[in-house]
Amino acid sequence: MNQITPISFKSRKAKDKTMFFLVCLFSSLAMVPLFFIIWDVISKGYKNFNLRLFTEVTPSSMDALMATMNGDPIPGGILNGITGSLLIVGLAILFSIPLGLFIGIYLSDNRGKKFARIVSYLTDLLQGMPSIVIGIIAYAWVVKPLGGYSALAGSVALSIMMLPMIVRSTEETMKMLPNAYKEAGLALGASYTNVVFKILLPSGFGGIFTGILLAISRVMGETAPLMLTALGASVVNWKVMEPTSAIPLLIWDFYNDPNLVDLIWSSSLLLLIVIFLLNWIAKIVARKWKV
Amino acid sequence: MESINTTNEKNAVLQLKDVSVSYSPGKYAVKQVSADIFPHTITAIMGPSGCGKSTLLRAINRMHDLYAHIHTSGEIILKGRNVLEMEPMVVRRMAGMVFQQPNPFPTMSIYDNVLAGYSLNGIRLNRKEKEEIVEQSLKSVSLWEEVKDVMNKRGSFLSGGQQQRLCIARTLALKPEVLLMDEPTSALDPISTNKIEELLLELKQQFTIIIVTHNMSQAARISDNSMFMYLGELVEHGNTTQMFTKPRHKRTEEYLTGVFG
Amino acid sequence: MKDKIFRSLLFAAALFILLLSAAIVYALVSRSGETFQAYGFWGFVTNAEWDPRSATEEYGAFSFIMGTLYTAFFSLLLCVPFSLAVALFNGEYFKGKKISGVVRSVVDLLAGIPSIVYGLWGFYTVRPLLIELGVSAQGFSIFLSALVLAIMIIPYASSLSGEFLSMIPNNLKEGAYSLGATRLEVVQHISLPAAASGIVASYILALGRALGETMAVTMLIGNTNRIPGGLRDTGNTMASVIANQFGEADGLKLSALIAIGLLLFIITALINLIAKLVMKKLSHA
Repeated sequence: MNQITPISFKSRKAKDKTMFFLVCLFSSLAMVPLFFIIWDVISKGYKNFNLRLFTEVTPSSMDALMATMNGDPIPGGILNGITGSLLIVGLAILFSIPLGLFIGIYLSDNRGKKFARIVSYLTDLLQGMPSIVIGIIAYAWVVKPLGGYSALAGSVALSIMMLPMIVRSTEETMKMLPNAYKEAGLALGASYTNVVFKILLPSGFGGIFTGILLAISRVMGETAPLMLTALGASVVNWKVMEPTSAIPLLIWDFYNDPNLVDLIWSSSLLLLIVIFLLNWIAKIVARKWKV
Repeated sequence: MESINTTNEKNAVLQLKDVSVSYSPGKYAVKQVSADIFPHTITAIMGPSGCGKSTLLRAINRMHDLYAHIHTSGEIILKGRNVLEMEPMVVRRMAGMVFQQPNPFPTMSIYDNVLAGYSLNGIRLNRKEKEEIVEQSLKSVSLWEEVKDVMNKRGSFLSGGQQQRLCIARTLALKPEVLLMDEPTSALDPISTNKIEELLLELKQQFTIIIVTHNMSQAARISDNSMFMYLGELVEHGNTTQMFTKPRHKRTEEYLTGVFG
Repeated sequence: MKDKIFRSLLFAAALFILLLSAAIVYALVSRSGETFQAYGFWGFVTNAEWDPRSATEEYGAFSFIMGTLYTAFFSLLLCVPFSLAVALFNGEYFKGKKISGVVRSVVDLLAGIPSIVYGLWGFYTVRPLLIELGVSAQGFSIFLSALVLAIMIIPYASSLSGEFLSMIPNNLKEGAYSLGATRLEVVQHISLPAAASGIVASYILALGRALGETMAVTMLIGNTNRIPGGLRDTGNTMASVIANQFGEADGLKLSALIAIGLLLFIITALINLIAKLVMKKLSHA
């Protein structure tokens, strides 16, 4: 016979239901800010979201003030920021992708070795490093010795941020590839180099590319390290050694200049669109080229 | 040993009446199974993999309720009450279950593992009650002597066979009406398997046991009655000796002689 | 031959990480040397005075360390109920269901929003709300930055701990259910304890994020160089003071700011190490 006196099933079930409700409630609440933020940016940014944003450089504070006083929309756009972001992020991609791929392949091939473990730990350390500290590093390495703020310094900072992300995604992807791929290639007499470039990297393309896209989207909105390195510029600049602006840097400028406030939201809208687009493409790539 | 046909069905501790289980609408894993299970017997459910034997067993203690897409119909009468109309939490305490893989709770000590049924159900016991239950339960699975000095160690440090006996003790601690065992020895070595089989023969003095097994010789060794299932249907149910020597159905004979399985 | 070159190339790339890390430490240490020479390590860390006026120039990091700890821990506290709920939603209650995929995507997007946009949202939308509620006159406060910070770290805390929860073997949970437990009791007595060290580690990593977060905090904390008196008070974190004052700094002040960067680096490195150790404990259990 069942001797146990059951404690109130009703109260246990009620507690169970309450927990379920709380989990659903707090999960939904956690998502609410996303919609608020997106709504904020869209509703305030769509008015100034026009062709000018892409074709004209940032107006001076004075011009903007005059326009506002005359009741006109602020002249100008953020062309200098768009080109600057392209330049800085583009260079950072160039620096970090080859290195990141190689390190990732090395780590996946030398699992368990002491040196690989140290490298792996340092990669985690770099990934956890605050972006402002990375800004200081690039300042100390590039800005100071070369005597001035530059797109190059910004790229160095962003590439240090991207590197661990690319290493990790390459390593993870390589780990997921069946060992048979590698063995089959080597058994056929292919060189290790050919196995990596002709078999492993192509079959891991989806995972690696997804990682790269996410890394780009991550650094696209970085502001703090660029404040210490690229500084900003009011003209379009393609010279690597000159101070250069970027979209997030311009948002920071607009935030600090009451006359340019109207441009904040359209620039933020553009930035969010770019980032979400990169995220979205990354998702599609991950689904299509599943390892 | 009494024959299934001559016993008065009112004595049955568990009655299955037209029990069906579907994983998706129209797709049945168990089809209208009816059977009576009598107290202090061991019933073996046999059949090729995918025949629905585990699915049937898990219907009895309402495990299917954990998965929204599984639907159980018919009647399962345990001690005169229809399980399918009861609170699943109550049913599961009346019908204890032992799983294929030993699953002692890794964050609990051996002691706490035995009492897990109580702590999970929020039942408070005093120290004396606890110690009594632990000792009695572990003794009934012949684990007491082996673990009484390492009570505060984690259950996961024990060998596979010991873990499984700990899991049986954990189930027995709640004093269930029936003991449902889902291939409890398939993950164990022959020696541990042997020990568990001996244990089951002892335990049937106090409990009613239903055991799912794909091991025919195991069924022959320990069970009083056997059920043979094929493609979700109960093909044959009766006295084990009789079924192994004189099966009534061709399918049963083919399975027992190894034509398929 | 080709293989040999390629293999040494891979090794050189891995070696680069080592050099990079060494160079980072060297850059931070050498550029902050002036400060530590002037005040000593503990003198700098424990001094709450930050006075850039040339006549009375004096630099100490203590106010910013306190500001950082206040903000980071309070934001962690705020984020726990939400991120735990999301983790349970994805890793237990709706594990493998479509809706959990949707929630995960939304949380991923939350992680993708740049810090500066969070800052704008906090400044233009949340701050006026706090003023209305009378939390503080200007709205800028530890509370405001921690609130926004909490939202920013929810994705980090929830995705990792959700993964650990979803790795709890099903047969363990079924074992508990078979003893008559409710779902809450299974979560309470089986899932959470089994995933505990993983969950703790993910919160430690989220704390690391909060400690180093810069832009949003800079825009919301009020940027005052003193120990915050409470949650409604203004202050500065280590990251925000660097972002705020680096541009016009030189000499001793620049070195002091870089010294703060070094401290921040040490703290986040320690946090990372602790999280690693906690997770290692998990794999041994």
